[in-house]
Amino acid sequence: MDWQGQKVVEQVMQILLVICGVVAVVVGYATESFRMMMMIYAGGVVLATLVTVPDWPFYNHHPLKWLDPSEADKHPKPQVAAVASKKKSLKK
Amino acid sequence: MHSFGYRANALLTFAVTILAFICAIASFSDNFSNQTPSAQIQILNINWFQKQPHGNDEVSLTLNITADLQSLFTWNTKQVFAFVAAEYKTSQNSLNQVSLWDAIIGEKEHAKFWIQISNKYRFIDQGHNLRGKDFNLTLHWHVMPKTGKMFADKIVMSGYRLPDAYR
Repeated sequence: MDWQGQKVVEQVMQILLVICGVVAVVVGYATESFRMMMMIYAGGVVLATLVTVPDWPFYNHHPLKWLDPSEADKHPKPQVAAVASKKKSLKK
Repeated sequence: MHSFGYRANALLTFAVTILAFICAIASFSDNFSNQTPSAQIQILNINWFQKQPHGNDEVSLTLNITADLQSLFTWNTKQVFAFVAAEYKTSQNSLNQVSLWDAIIGEKEHAKFWIQISNKYRFIDQGHNLRGKDFNLTLHWHVMPKTGKMFADKIVMSGYRLPDAYR
């Protein structure tokens, strides 16, 4: 899942669960049935799980743009000797 | 949110938190219910009235209990526990409460009842103060919820009196 997908997933999960909770309380109070409230909420949790937990394709529509490997050759890594002398000075 | 386990954990934790809120709201809604219970108790007969070997008085009564506790049941009620207590004052204790009968009412349909019964639990005094004693019969109830706060209340019925001499 890409970064954009993760952000969307978090928001969808929170909003979906809160809405299910509110709907469950309202319906349960109106029908005077505690069982109804619990069933609706359980259904809502299952729905939220199905929508947000698996890695659906539409969460991968903004993939990260990794640089081409040929770019790495143009910018070589720094020299190892410079790093070793730095370590020695720190130890003193 | 980068892995399956992470998302499942986040969802489950949030779902349980919302569940706690839902239960709190359900319990809070009990405050808005309109409760109008009623009850009547009649003493049909004093079966016997003796002094025990240890010196304590004991009475056996036959009671006729009529009650309508149906309005106590809300959507958040699991059961109602009702009991009848005899309450009186002595020189030793400012309040004596002796439980004579109790019942667990599981459904609203069973909450409107009429029962004729001798006292389920023995009515024994701490001492020998019961001759000629005026006492109240109080029906207490505890409304036990499915989630949240338990409510308790009572109806006091006064005007009962024990005989002046042992029988």
